[in-house]
Amino acid sequence: MTDTATPGPVADWATDYDLLDLGYATSPYEIWDELRSTCPVAHSDRNGGSWMPTTNEDVREIAKNVEIFTSQNVAVIPTPPPPGEAVRVLRVPPIDTDPPHHKRARRMILPTFSPKAVAERDEPYTREITKRMVDEFVARFEAGDDIIDGAAEYAQQIPPRVIAHLLGVPESMVEQFTDWVRGVLELGYFDPELRIKSRDAVMNYFIGLVEQRLADPADDLISEMLHGDVDGVPITPEEVASTCNLLLVAGIDTTWSSIGSAIYHLASHPEDRRRLVEDPSMIPVAVEELLRAYSPVTMARIVSEDFEYEGCPMKAGDRVIMNFPAANRDPEVFDRPDEVIIDRAENRHIAFGVGIHRCAGSNQARMEMQVAIETFLARIPEFELADPDAVTWAAGQVRGPRILPIRILETR
Amino acid sequence: MKIEVNQDACEGHNRCYSLAPELFDVDDYGTASALNGGVVPEGLEDKAHLAIANCPEHAISIIED
Repeated sequence: MTDTATPGPVADWATDYDLLDLGYATSPYEIWDELRSTCPVAHSDRNGGSWMPTTNEDVREIAKNVEIFTSQNVAVIPTPPPPGEAVRVLRVPPIDTDPPHHKRARRMILPTFSPKAVAERDEPYTREITKRMVDEFVARFEAGDDIIDGAAEYAQQIPPRVIAHLLGVPESMVEQFTDWVRGVLELGYFDPELRIKSRDAVMNYFIGLVEQRLADPADDLISEMLHGDVDGVPITPEEVASTCNLLLVAGIDTTWSSIGSAIYHLASHPEDRRRLVEDPSMIPVAVEELLRAYSPVTMARIVSEDFEYEGCPMKAGDRVIMNFPAANRDPEVFDRPDEVIIDRAENRHIAFGVGIHRCAGSNQARMEMQVAIETFLARIPEFELADPDAVTWAAGQVRGPRILPIRILETR
Repeated sequence: MKIEVNQDACEGHNRCYSLAPELFDVDDYGTASALNGGVVPEGLEDKAHLAIANCPEHAISIIED
C-alpha cells in the first residue's frame, strides 16, 4: 500500500515527516531540534513508513542493539519490489549484513581501507586529480571566468575517480559511475524505475568485470580479492562483485556530499576559511567538525521482532531511520551544536556511524576531504557563494549540495 | 599516566591514531592498541585526553593518573 502519489505538505513532523521534502533537505536543523525536545522518536507513514529517533543517545542505543535492529535492508526508503519473478540482487556487505556473517564481510575489506593503505594507495592519486581540477579553475579565472560549480565540477568529480582507481578501471568510467550512483541513491528515490535500472546496471557491470578479471587477472584490487581469503576461507567471485557494489554505492556520493558541504561552508564562512588557509595543519580537525555539522549519511535498520522502544510499539519488519546527522547536533552531547567551531577539540561525532557497522571506508573518505580542501585552498584562498539562493541540497539517504555556484575572488 | 584501549569496544574509527600516533597504533582491521604498554610519555598527557574525548565508542580509558 503506498500513498506517496499526493501526500501533500507535512503538517506535523513528529507524526508525518518526509525525508524527501525539499525544505527538509535544505534546512533540517530546526526540525531536528523540535523533535529532539518534544518527540525524540518520530513516526511517519510516508515513503513506506518508518520510525525516526533524533537524540544522540537513542541513535547510539539502536545502533548497538544489532539483534533487534538488524541491517537486512539499510535504504531509508524501501527498495521497490522486483516486477514479476524474483531477480538477482547484489548485496552490499557488510552494510546490509548481520552477525555472524557480518564479521567475514568486514574483514574482507577493512585492510583495504586502513589509514596506511589509504595513504599509500589513494592519497597520491587524490592529490594529482584535485590539483589538475584546481589548476583548471585557476586557468579559467585568469581567462575571465570566475564562476565554478563547487559540487558538480569539484566535489562530485573526486570520489568516483578514487573508486575507479581503486578498482583498476579507466577514468572514462567516471561519468557512468556518477550516473549509476545518483540513480541508485539520489534521483532513484523519486523514480523507482530508475532506481531498479541503475541497481541492475551496476550489478551486471561488476559481475562482468569480475568474470573478466577471473579470466585475465590484473594488478588491482579485484584480482587480489579473487585470489584472497579471510581467515583461510577463499573469497568467492560473488563476494568480490558484492564488495565492488559496496565501494560504488557507499563510497561515492557520501564522500562527494561531504566535500561539497565543506566547500559550501568555507565559501560562506570567511573566518573559518582564512584560518585553514593560514594554517593547513588544522584541516584534519576541521574535517571532523564539518563531518559533525554536515553529516551526510542517514541509514536504516529493520526491526527483527515486535519491540517497544521508548513507548513506541515497533513491529517486526518496521523500518527505523538512523538519523546520525541529528544525533551529531544534539545539545546533550555537543556544546553549541549548531555552530561550526572549526577547531572543536572534543568531537565524538558519529557521522560514520557507531558500533559494528562503522563505515569501513571512513579513512578513505577523510583523506579525500582533507586533500580536496587543502588543494583547493592552496590555490584559491578567497571565494564566496555566487548565488546563495541557487544552492540546492539532496537529502534522503545522503545529504549534500548538488548545485553550488562559487565565485572565485583570488588565486595564487 | 597509563591508558588502555578496550578492544571489544573499539570499532576502528581510528580517531585516536590520527590525533595521537605517538600513543596508539591500529592493526589491519582498524583495532587500536596503546603503544608503550599504555604508559603515556611525559608531555603527551593532553594528547591522551584528546584521544579519549574523541573516541566515538568510549573505548579508551585512563587506568592510572
